[in-house]
Amino acid sequence: MKTPSELKYAKTDEWISVEGDQATIGITDYAQDQLSDVVYVEFMVEEDDVVSKGDNLATVESVKAASDVSFPASGTVIAVNEDLADAPELLNSDPYQAGWMIKIKLDDPSELDDLMSADEYITYNQEREN
Amino acid sequence: MFTPHTPQEIKEMLQAIGVSSIEDLFEKVPAKHRFPELDLPEGLTEMEIASELNEIASANASTDDFISFLGAGAYDHYIPAAVDMLLRRGEFYTAYTPYQPEISQGTLQSIFEFQSLMTQLTGMDISNASHYDGATAAAEAANMAYHIFRGKRNKILLSRAVNPQYRETIRTYMQGFDDVQVLGDEQGDNDRSDTQHLLSKLDASTALVMVQYPDFFGRVIDYTKVVDYAHEIGALVAFVFNPTALGVLKPPGDFDADIAVGDGQPLGIPLSFGGPYLGIFTTKEKYIRKLAGRLVGETVDQNGKRAFVLTLTAREQHIRREKSTSNICTNQGLMALAATIYLSLLGKQGFKQVANLCYQKAHYAADQISKLDGYQLTFEDTPFFHEFVITTPKPVSEINFHLQNHWILGGYDLSQDYPEMENQMLIAVTEKISKMDIDDFVLALEEIAND
Repeated sequence: MKTPSELKYAKTDEWISVEGDQATIGITDYAQDQLSDVVYVEFMVEEDDVVSKGDNLATVESVKAASDVSFPASGTVIAVNEDLADAPELLNSDPYQAGWMIKIKLDDPSELDDLMSADEYITYNQEREN
Repeated sequence: MFTPHTPQEIKEMLQAIGVSSIEDLFEKVPAKHRFPELDLPEGLTEMEIASELNEIASANASTDDFISFLGAGAYDHYIPAAVDMLLRRGEFYTAYTPYQPEISQGTLQSIFEFQSLMTQLTGMDISNASHYDGATAAAEAANMAYHIFRGKRNKILLSRAVNPQYRETIRTYMQGFDDVQVLGDEQGDNDRSDTQHLLSKLDASTALVMVQYPDFFGRVIDYTKVVDYAHEIGALVAFVFNPTALGVLKPPGDFDADIAVGDGQPLGIPLSFGGPYLGIFTTKEKYIRKLAGRLVGETVDQNGKRAFVLTLTAREQHIRREKSTSNICTNQGLMALAATIYLSLLGKQGFKQVANLCYQKAHYAADQISKLDGYQLTFEDTPFFHEFVITTPKPVSEINFHLQNHWILGGYDLSQDYPEMENQMLIAVTEKISKMDIDDFVLALEEIAND
């Protein structure tokens, strides 16, 4: 299970990577493994939408379940990964690169302080497993 | 398959929940309610019960005994004998949800063929495996529209000329959503269907506009403007159609309808109070993920042979749970098969011929009736298919009562659903009605008017 150290993690299994005031968001390797084969991604937002931390970003359908993905931070949507419409399996095969879901312009980068580091997320997952 | 519990299993279950016997399990139910005295008659022998049931059944009038001009959503068409013959084969008749592809290729293929026929009939991209009836299919259309806009548009506009029972069913389905408004069909300045009234209610919070085609009064209305205006404002449009009419009319797909639903009863399913009937649901491909119900798709098996499976099941309630469009995935498998056999037997030409016969005979009847003193066509100069409204000289219930003496079932009394429509009879004419039947009907109407 990959958990890149440069990313921040939410308890609801999203990752976020920050560059300046922009951030990219996706779901973690752990999340995609739990979901199993993803067959459809339904985005709940589009470009230019103003969103708050905790808002529903998308619903991911797998052969086992449909799960909500939430925004780990507030901001304005600047890009949606259109590739996922035709290739939802990218969430399984490459959750941190080709399987990114959304990019936002952050309102307040300090919101990210509440999120977990990679080590914290690994510990969190181990605790959940037990 | 239902497997009864063995005494051993019962013992284990009782042990697990900590009671010693089944009687103990129901101890909390007051003794007098546990086995209440039921006021039932003595048991009867098979011969006695058959005789009693036949007696009850013979109190019913059927369209075998009466000439029927009753329609209003369910129609008395001829059903070729082969439909029932094939339908009642054990493989189809007794099967319950036979969807495992490894053992159910026949059923799956028949549903796939049904879906294909429905898309050809309606000119729409996709069809699901069916719903209970036309009313529930219409309710699923409202449901789907609401979900497509993720609750951001909360108005469902219904034309007053949509079948009153369908409108009622839609309201029943929609009552679970706090914020949904169902409107547009109120009595008033809308002349029972005026599309102007419907369009005046159309705004950016409208998810769906629903019209009927032909409408409940049998009229064929050009909905091009309704579709254009609705699309301009971003709303979806649903057509409620009569499948037989599509044998001669431009299909909903050509109007750019987003959803087309209807009752498949006219396609080889007998009249029966309460069904089983057949809900047809078709839509555009881009809404496939929001479609309710089951969907059969074509694929290839591991040997590369053509095969059929349920597809896109992640939409359904067992995976999407509360996020799914509908909690109902039941289809009318046997009735869908009846429609498939009916359409296959008739073929394209035969189906057109049935529609054409209905049209011609209904127009002959309308001509003859409107020549009678005291009767007139209510919607003169409006095109209709096989159903039309006449203004009668006496209350419809009274006329229908007298018609029974002539072994005729009269038309539908519209004042039941439309208080403003006193003395308005909705008359349906199918291919089963002969010219002589129509002439008898006209004579009887004349006699009743002069009584």
